[in-house]
Amino acid sequence: MATKASRSAARLMMAPAVILLLGWMLVPLIMTLWFSFRVYLPLRGGDQGWAGFDNYIRFVTSSAFWPSVQTTLIIVIGVLAITVIFGILIALLLDQPIWGQGVVRILVIAPFFVMPTVSALVWKNMFMDPVNGLFSHLWRFFGAEPVSWLSDASLPSIIMIVSWQWLPFATLILLTAVQSLDSEQLEAAEMDGAPWHKRFWFLVLPHLSRAITIVILIQTIFLLAIFAEIFVTTGGAFGTRTLSYLIFQRVLESQNVGLGSAGGVYAIILANIVAIFLMRIVGKNLD
Amino acid sequence: MARSVTPRRKLLNTTAAWAIGLLIFFPILWTILTSFKTEAQAIAAPPIFLGFDWTLENYRVVLERSDYARFLWNSIIIAGLSTLIGVAIAVPAAWSMAFVPSKRTKDILLWMLSTKMLPAVGVLYPIYLLFIQLGLLDSRAGLVVVLMLINLPIIVWMLYTYFKEIPGEILEAARMDGATLPQELLYVLTPMAIPGIASTMLLNFILAWNEAFWTLNLTAVNAAPLTAFIASYSSPEGLFFAKLSAASTMAIAPILILGWFSQKQLVRGLTFGAVK
Amino acid sequence: MGQIELKQVTKSFGDVQVIPPLDLTIHDGEFTVFVGPSGCGKSTLLRLIAGLEDISSGHIEIDGKDATDLVPAKRGLAMVFQSYALYPHMSVRKNIAFPLRMAKMDPAEIDRRVNAAAEVLNLADYIDRRPGQLSGGQRQRVAIGRAIVREPSAFLFDEPLSNLDAALRVGMRMEISELHKKLKTTMVYVTHDQVEAMTMADKIVVLQAGVIEQVGSPLELYRRPRNTFVAGFIGSPKMNLIGGEEAAKHDAATIGIRPEHIDVVESDGMWQGSVGVAEHLGSDTFFHIHNTGLTETITVRAIGDINLTHGDTIHLNPRMHELHRFDAQGLRID
Repeated sequence: MATKASRSAARLMMAPAVILLLGWMLVPLIMTLWFSFRVYLPLRGGDQGWAGFDNYIRFVTSSAFWPSVQTTLIIVIGVLAITVIFGILIALLLDQPIWGQGVVRILVIAPFFVMPTVSALVWKNMFMDPVNGLFSHLWRFFGAEPVSWLSDASLPSIIMIVSWQWLPFATLILLTAVQSLDSEQLEAAEMDGAPWHKRFWFLVLPHLSRAITIVILIQTIFLLAIFAEIFVTTGGAFGTRTLSYLIFQRVLESQNVGLGSAGGVYAIILANIVAIFLMRIVGKNLD
Repeated sequence: MARSVTPRRKLLNTTAAWAIGLLIFFPILWTILTSFKTEAQAIAAPPIFLGFDWTLENYRVVLERSDYARFLWNSIIIAGLSTLIGVAIAVPAAWSMAFVPSKRTKDILLWMLSTKMLPAVGVLYPIYLLFIQLGLLDSRAGLVVVLMLINLPIIVWMLYTYFKEIPGEILEAARMDGATLPQELLYVLTPMAIPGIASTMLLNFILAWNEAFWTLNLTAVNAAPLTAFIASYSSPEGLFFAKLSAASTMAIAPILILGWFSQKQLVRGLTFGAVK
Repeated sequence: MGQIELKQVTKSFGDVQVIPPLDLTIHDGEFTVFVGPSGCGKSTLLRLIAGLEDISSGHIEIDGKDATDLVPAKRGLAMVFQSYALYPHMSVRKNIAFPLRMAKMDPAEIDRRVNAAAEVLNLADYIDRRPGQLSGGQRQRVAIGRAIVREPSAFLFDEPLSNLDAALRVGMRMEISELHKKLKTTMVYVTHDQVEAMTMADKIVVLQAGVIEQVGSPLELYRRPRNTFVAGFIGSPKMNLIGGEEAAKHDAATIGIRPEHIDVVESDGMWQGSVGVAEHLGSDTFFHIHNTGLTETITVRAIGDINLTHGDTIHLNPRMHELHRFDAQGLRID
């Protein structure tokens, strides 16, 4: 649907966005790849030559690697499980006729707009502080010994904070999907005598499956990269060092750029595996 | 799939929904309340919910001590400019893809999306190095560029999905009526797409405002926005709950208000049009 | 002036040639209708003339000047789109004024022309409304208004009535015809509806798969269809096309007889069959007749007041001088 003139105009108008993103992608990517094959210690002699695959091997054989993978997996899976399950339940509840639906919706969505550093700090200090935090008051009220959340139950604490941030996202998307479900279908099933749990299992859940997949994929990409929440709360201590955080420490804290870059390449590969699945779904939706 | 239910059932649902809503909102509410307490009341045991002496003292102290205005200004400049520049670059690109699609349009769109998936930490050092080389470290200009680039795919995508809903015939009519390409974009497409462009800008402003990887790693003193301002409270000032709350409230209030306006567009923007 | 000439025009999308080399002349002041089934290339042809698509080879001349490489705005043509394509954010007045504003015309002159157009099209009462507040027919008139203010050398209509309901369509059909009589400007009109083609056109161009099957006045096409495709496409209900032995009797591969050219007789008809569906319209009756010994179902138009229903036996006499004969390639034999 176009003429030569409009097609060349289109190419011209697309060029700035394409060129900028191409540069943004390729330049750092090539640099990271290059560094990952170098012995590169900016504060201890700079670039000391070719390293072969040493950085890649050292990164995965270091004692910090497997625990960081484990931590990453626990956080990602934990947050996904909480947000998806509660997301579905809350979405189903909000879809019912209730008084003040708009206000409740706003209350539920609000955490998404809180900047990560704020939510991390508020949770860390005002809720999880072992002396003055609200949880410690609550524990004492029930006669229990207050918990040092971020040191003794560090992973559940982080999962809780991150889940609180991402639950609104899951709820909102699942709610949108629930609302697009044809109510006649449900009524037909009700007429056919299907009890509510069967209606949920055989009608609602399959209808939501695409939205759930999208929530899982998008959240996975963001969760693999969570940073501020750990940076502000534990600084990677108490077993909360994720893969991203490990790379961050190698690069900026211990200034071993070669090693960190090798880790970065692993992270990029990991993110791409998730991304491919997401792209498939989004791509299908384009046609 | 909303259906009619009995009043009893509706009351039950309403109660449950409000309980959950308030529970989820509670940390924000608690932060706002605490920001009006004195430090002593903020850590009082048992906690005081409403019956405290309301004071603005914390806001005064935070504003005086920490140069809040500069952080706020940095946040506004960085989020605002990165959004404006992003939209200026994305409108022509989205026009091209929506109205002059080619065989490669879909691939380009998906590729743009894929750049968004690049884990930031994987390219942290190269960007850090480039920033030092170009003298952009701790500069607002540098952050504007980075945040514009990380959000550009989302801006293009959102605009693309909005433009797709505008019938191409209207633009062709403008062409028949003698409009040049710039006139077509200015007088016909943009006015028709204003709701879409506005919500795109809103969402991206929010995303840029809350971005907390590059803003923490690429700034020190001069260009630090509110995310960094709050991070500086991590210790030991964080133990002053009332002041921490006042600072937090000031950092999130503008965006909470903007966010409530953008909630409808949120779904489309964050799922790249895959859920509407 | 508004003479449009297509010389050896082709159009390909990728490897697919949708319009093989095509020649056509549209004379000044003529009401030309492109008609054909969907996907026949009629809209593409119109868009080539408009300049909204490039031609792949050949030339387009408008008023004797080569317009092949001109952008749409420079061709002096105005177009009315199927969806009306009104600017939803502008009032009726601004919509109609838009092309004049783009031409940087003097504001006083713009006002004069817009008001004149609104008067002609009965839009004066709605002039400050937005398109969203108008009915389908009113929107259609705004689209026409936007086209006429430019005083183009030709109007292009792309299925302009297909979004209107049946009653409104008949009214708009007449309005457009009257407009043509008044303005005497060349109009090129695309439709898939042969009734629109028959009622409005000075000249009909029947298209199939990008190829012109026949060009002529409505009655020429009705009387002397050049091939079986045109024979079946023009006229309502469709011409009966009969092959096999019956055609062989007339030295043809196919014979055609229009439903209105078959007489229902009491007895001793050339054909005899049983009534399948009888559609009583009041003014006419359409019979679909089976078991005539022919493979095809025969459609017959009879007078309205006739008492035959499903299952009844019917006797038919085709008027032999109205019989059309076609050869094995489907071409007319005279």
